[in-house]
Amino acid sequence: MAKQKAGAAATLDPSAACAPEWTEILRQMIFIRRFEEATEREFRRGKIGGYLHVYSGQEAVASGIISALQKDDIVFSGYRDHAHALALGSDPGRVMAELFGKGTGIAKGKGGSMHLFDVEHGFYGGYGIVGGHLTLATGAAYALRYRETERIAVCYFGDGAMNIGSFHEAMNMAGLWGKEGMCPILFIIENNGYAMGTSVERHSALTDLSARVRAYNIQAEKVDGQDVFAVRGVADRAVRQVRETGVPYCIEAITYRFSGHGAADILQPYRTKDEVEQHKHRDPILILRNRLAEICGLTDDDVQQMDKEAGEQVAKALQFAEESDPPEAAELWNDVVAEHPPTPENHG
Amino acid sequence: MAEKSYRDAIRDAMMEEMDRDANVLIMGEDIGVYEGTFRITAGMLKKYGSKRVIDTPIAEAGMAGTAVGMAMLGLRPIVEMMTMNFAIVAADQIINHAAKVRYFSGGQVDVPMVIRGPQGAGVQLSAQHSQSFESFYAHFPGLAVVAPATPADAKGMLKTAVRGRDPVIFLESANLYGMKGEVPDDPDFTVPFGVSRVAREGRDVTIVSYSRMLQLSLIAAETLAAEGIEVEVIDLRTLRPLDLQPAYASVSKTHRCVVVQEQWKPFGAAAEIAASITENVFDELDAPVVRVTGEDVPMPYSRALEVLATPKEEHVIAAVKKVMYASTSS
Repeated sequence: MAKQKAGAAATLDPSAACAPEWTEILRQMIFIRRFEEATEREFRRGKIGGYLHVYSGQEAVASGIISALQKDDIVFSGYRDHAHALALGSDPGRVMAELFGKGTGIAKGKGGSMHLFDVEHGFYGGYGIVGGHLTLATGAAYALRYRETERIAVCYFGDGAMNIGSFHEAMNMAGLWGKEGMCPILFIIENNGYAMGTSVERHSALTDLSARVRAYNIQAEKVDGQDVFAVRGVADRAVRQVRETGVPYCIEAITYRFSGHGAADILQPYRTKDEVEQHKHRDPILILRNRLAEICGLTDDDVQQMDKEAGEQVAKALQFAEESDPPEAAELWNDVVAEHPPTPENHG
Repeated sequence: MAEKSYRDAIRDAMMEEMDRDANVLIMGEDIGVYEGTFRITAGMLKKYGSKRVIDTPIAEAGMAGTAVGMAMLGLRPIVEMMTMNFAIVAADQIINHAAKVRYFSGGQVDVPMVIRGPQGAGVQLSAQHSQSFESFYAHFPGLAVVAPATPADAKGMLKTAVRGRDPVIFLESANLYGMKGEVPDDPDFTVPFGVSRVAREGRDVTIVSYSRMLQLSLIAAETLAAEGIEVEVIDLRTLRPLDLQPAYASVSKTHRCVVVQEQWKPFGAAAEIAASITENVFDELDAPVVRVTGEDVPMPYSRALEVLATPKEEHVIAAVKKVMYASTSS
């Protein structure tokens, strides 16, 4: 076994269920759920504009993978990106302020829900064109190895992203660069069963999504994405392997989103209420909570306390977002380019 | 100074920058082992190795997108598009990603990358391989768009592009690759973006152009000079940022203006230039601005038809005479 890299998250043995880190992971998952519920309320109140895609139901995939990373690893995601930013340690107040379109937002109010971005915490963005960011993450991984660092890139994407050309181009190039040990990237398929409202059976000619990744000479395995013990177990192994070899790896996390595709997806004609209810029996928070109760005596009071604290944190984030000012008008013209910026008088 | 071809000026710029900065690398289709379709990258794989001279699959979105990621993480990738026609495959990566990520991240990342390659018509490559894209890319905030007309500018502006902090679309004219001109030897010779130049002085009519059409305009100006018509020719060099001040100054002197571009007339670069001249120096004009452009059809293969579709010296001369309200019988 290779030596643990300095600063690496320790491998978390599922049998050591009473390790304090598992409690922290539960705390984080509960917080992400409360945060997302609040964003849905604030969207309905008109405080959040644009599109809003919440993560409820998939928390084990964000927390299980990101908790296995080193501090200086980097993460790319699609547009369902709040959980990734929060799990990486982004300030919840600034994330909420971004959703509120405030100047204190994590991207100065210029990106919104789909484009959270926090380089300081290793988050290289939420991206809104399905599958487009896979190529960026692949290039970023090349850069990390080119510069002779031991950092790795993680790239989250949904099952729906696997049918666009840039998925195939990224996978093929990652597979090729991996042969030279030049592509330390961990691809995470968040297979929640639906590309918006089109089920995997209806959008993918081959429904074994991991097999489609393996076609590009990239190792891939499936994991129960509702069970954070399982996710973290695979992540520990995969992260170490990618870091040591510079060869890409893929985890297909089978998961489920409890809310609609976006906040406007109210009728959800592509699935039944019964189907959603069935999946709620496999709520990742419930699964982890039951495991911790069973193995190390986590009590209902403990969970209620976590819930209460999460609610308070969310309230604080909401207050920060509410009380922050909108961006200054001059911000409109900032950050277009670094050099030769356009101005109101001289476009381009 | 040394006499160099436009092709060699581009290669020199890349190699000097690769020598200067280990973060500069180049990727593209058949640029390494094959040494490039237009041989711009000849010898580079041998000198810099396969980590810095990356032969990619035929995957333009992959090339452009990975370059964005590399640039965000501190490298300075140069992407060679075999021709700019193929770069449309990467439009999402260029327009939705390279051009936007600085803005939607609130300025958290630089994207120092260059997408370069040849464009334009003239060698019987038919409809899919003969297009010009300057107005397409110049439409989008977040990009710089460069179209050099001389070997010196090709070298100096490519070095500026590589050293910068933003994504640059570097449009080469395939027809100019063999053109020779004086190029400074100084490895720190650069040409800034957004600074147009007066390529030829004259008092009667202003021609505004760039890239290969700039050279065509200079040839036309020479012919017109023999007839006693002195044309001032402005070389824009970059379409974004766009410096029209020398054009405005020139029009204020000549009071007549022709804009020459190879691409199609509707919504082309000349339309933007003509509109800006009208907005800014309307009172100086003694005649409407006239555009010389390619014909509004996909490029045909047959030489007999292709020559009819592209601007030629006679079109420029006719346009100059038109704005002078002169006879075009010659």
